[in-house]
Amino acid sequence: MSPRFLPYALLLPATLFLLVFFLYPFVQIAVLAFSGPEGFTLQHVQTMTSHWKFGTALTNTIVLAAIVVPIQLVMALSMASIVTKLKTGRSAILYIFTIPLGLSDLAAGIIWLAIFEQSGFLNSVLYGLGIIEQPILFLGYQNIWVIFLAVIIAEVWRATAIVMVILVSGMGLIPREYYEAAEVFGASPWKRFVKITLPMLRPSLQSALILRTLAAFEVFAVVVALGGTTLPVLMGETFQWQFALQDRNVASAYALVILAISIASTLFFLRVLRVPKEARI
Amino acid sequence: MTDAVITDVPRSVSDARAAGRFLLIASTVLLCVWVLVPIYLLIVNTLSSPAEVTGFPKTGIPSFDFGSVQFFISFAGVARALWNSVLVAVLTMVLSIGLGAPAGYALSRFDFPGKEVFRMLVVMTRAFPLPLLALPLAVMFIRVGLDDTALGLALVHTVLAIPFAVLITFSLFSGIPIELEEAAWTLGCNRWQAFRKVVLPLVLPGIAASAVFAFTISWNEVFAAAVMTIENRTLTAFLIQSLNVSPLHLKFAGGAALVIPALIFIFAVRKYLFAMWGIANR
Repeated sequence: MSPRFLPYALLLPATLFLLVFFLYPFVQIAVLAFSGPEGFTLQHVQTMTSHWKFGTALTNTIVLAAIVVPIQLVMALSMASIVTKLKTGRSAILYIFTIPLGLSDLAAGIIWLAIFEQSGFLNSVLYGLGIIEQPILFLGYQNIWVIFLAVIIAEVWRATAIVMVILVSGMGLIPREYYEAAEVFGASPWKRFVKITLPMLRPSLQSALILRTLAAFEVFAVVVALGGTTLPVLMGETFQWQFALQDRNVASAYALVILAISIASTLFFLRVLRVPKEARI
Repeated sequence: MTDAVITDVPRSVSDARAAGRFLLIASTVLLCVWVLVPIYLLIVNTLSSPAEVTGFPKTGIPSFDFGSVQFFISFAGVARALWNSVLVAVLTMVLSIGLGAPAGYALSRFDFPGKEVFRMLVVMTRAFPLPLLALPLAVMFIRVGLDDTALGLALVHTVLAIPFAVLITFSLFSGIPIELEEAAWTLGCNRWQAFRKVVLPLVLPGIAASAVFAFTISWNEVFAAAVMTIENRTLTAFLIQSLNVSPLHLKFAGGAALVIPALIFIFAVRKYLFAMWGIANR
C-alpha cells in the first residue's frame, strides 16, 4: 500500500467505529426524545418535566456536583502536593492513593453501605463509644440529607483519585527552574503554590474539572446502593424510565437533559480556564 | 496547604522543617487510612457469616467464616453473571486495542491532512456522558439482533475505552524513535516486518497495560450494563438490579467480587497510570 494512504487505512476502523457507535447514537437520542407516532412531539419532554421527581432529580444532581467537585479539587491538590514532596515510599503511597480509581461506582456504594447501614460500622463505633444506645437508621427516607451526605462522602472517596492523578502528571510538567527562581526571590512555599503551581497547572485543572464534573452528573450506582430510589438523580431517573417503566422516549428526554448540562459545564470550564496559545509549555 | 502554617511561625528553620515534616507524614497517614479502611471494612463483612453481617454491634475483625462467600457463589445467576462480566471485558479489551492501536500508530508516525479532525473526534468523546449511549444503542441492537448479547454490551464499553486506547498507544509509539524502524527498513525489512520485529516487542508491555485498563473500564461499568442486558447480565448489572431485594451479605460479597479483581488490575498497571493520564490531558 502506498504510504500516502496507510495512515487513513489505519485510522479507518476506529473512525468508522466512533461514527457508528458514538456520533450516530447521540443524534438518535434526540430523535428518540422528540419523536412520537405522528412525527415531532414535545410530549415526552412534557411527561418528563411534569413528573414530580424531575425537579428534585435535576436539583439533586447539580447540587451534588457543586459540592463534590470543589471538595475533590481541594483534596486532590493537597494529595498531589503531598506526593510531590514525599521522598521515601512515594510509589507505594501513590498506589494507595490511586486505588479508588480502579473501583466501580457500584462497589464504592456498597463499601460505604457497609459503614452507613443500620447494623453497620458507623453505628457500631458510635455505640461502642457510648454516644448512642440504639443503632440509628441513617439511610431511611425520613432523613434524606443523611443519604445525601453519604453519597457525597462515597463520591469524594471514590473519584478524588482521578483528579489527583491528572494533577500529579500536570505538576510533573512544570519546569523546576520556575520554583528555583521563586525561591531565590524569597517566595514562601504557599506563594510558590499560588503564583507558580496553580497558574501553570491550568490545562490539567481544566481537563480534570471537565472530566470530574461530567462524571458527577452521571452519578448513579452510588446513589442506588446507598439510597435506592429515595434520592432521585437524573441518571437514576433515566434508568427507571428505561428499565422499570419501559419508556425509552422519556428516558431519552432525561438523557438530553444530562447531555445539556454536561455540554454547558464543559463550555464553562473551557472558557474560564482558557490557556492562551503563547502561554502553553 | 500545610506549608502556609509552617512559614508564618517565627521559629528556627530546623524547627519549622521538623514541624512541616510531621504535618506531611501525618496527613499522608491520614489519607492512606481514609482510602484503605473502607475497603478493609468491606472485606471484613465479606469474610463474616451472614448472621454476623446483620448482627450488631460489629467488631471490625473478620471471623474468616466463608458462609457469605459460599452463599454468594451458589446464589442463582451469580456464576453466570461473573462469566458474562469476564466475557464482555475481554471482548472490550480486544476491540478497543484492535481498533485503537492502529489509530495510535498512525497518529504518532504520520503527518497527514485530517489528523486534527480525528484527534477532535477522540477528544470529543470526553465531553459526552457516554453511558447514555446505551439508550439509542439498545434500540439499534434490537434491530440487528445484538440486544442482550455480550458483544452488544462490549461495543458500548469499547466506546468508553477506545479514547484511552488511542491516546495511550499514541504516546507509546511516540516514545519509540522512528530511526529504529528506519534502520530495520534499510536492513531489508518491509514496513510490517519492521513493525513486528522492532516496534512491537518494545511497546508490548505498554499495550498490555492499556488492555488491562480497557478490561477494568468494562468490568466496572454499571449503567450501560444494567440497561442493555436482561438474560445475559454482567456482575454489575446483576448486583444493581437485585440491590433492593438481596440480603446484606449478598451485597457485600458481590461488592468484594467487584473490588478484588480491580485492585489487582490497578496494581498491575500502576506504572503506566500516570503516563496514561499525563497524555490523556493534552
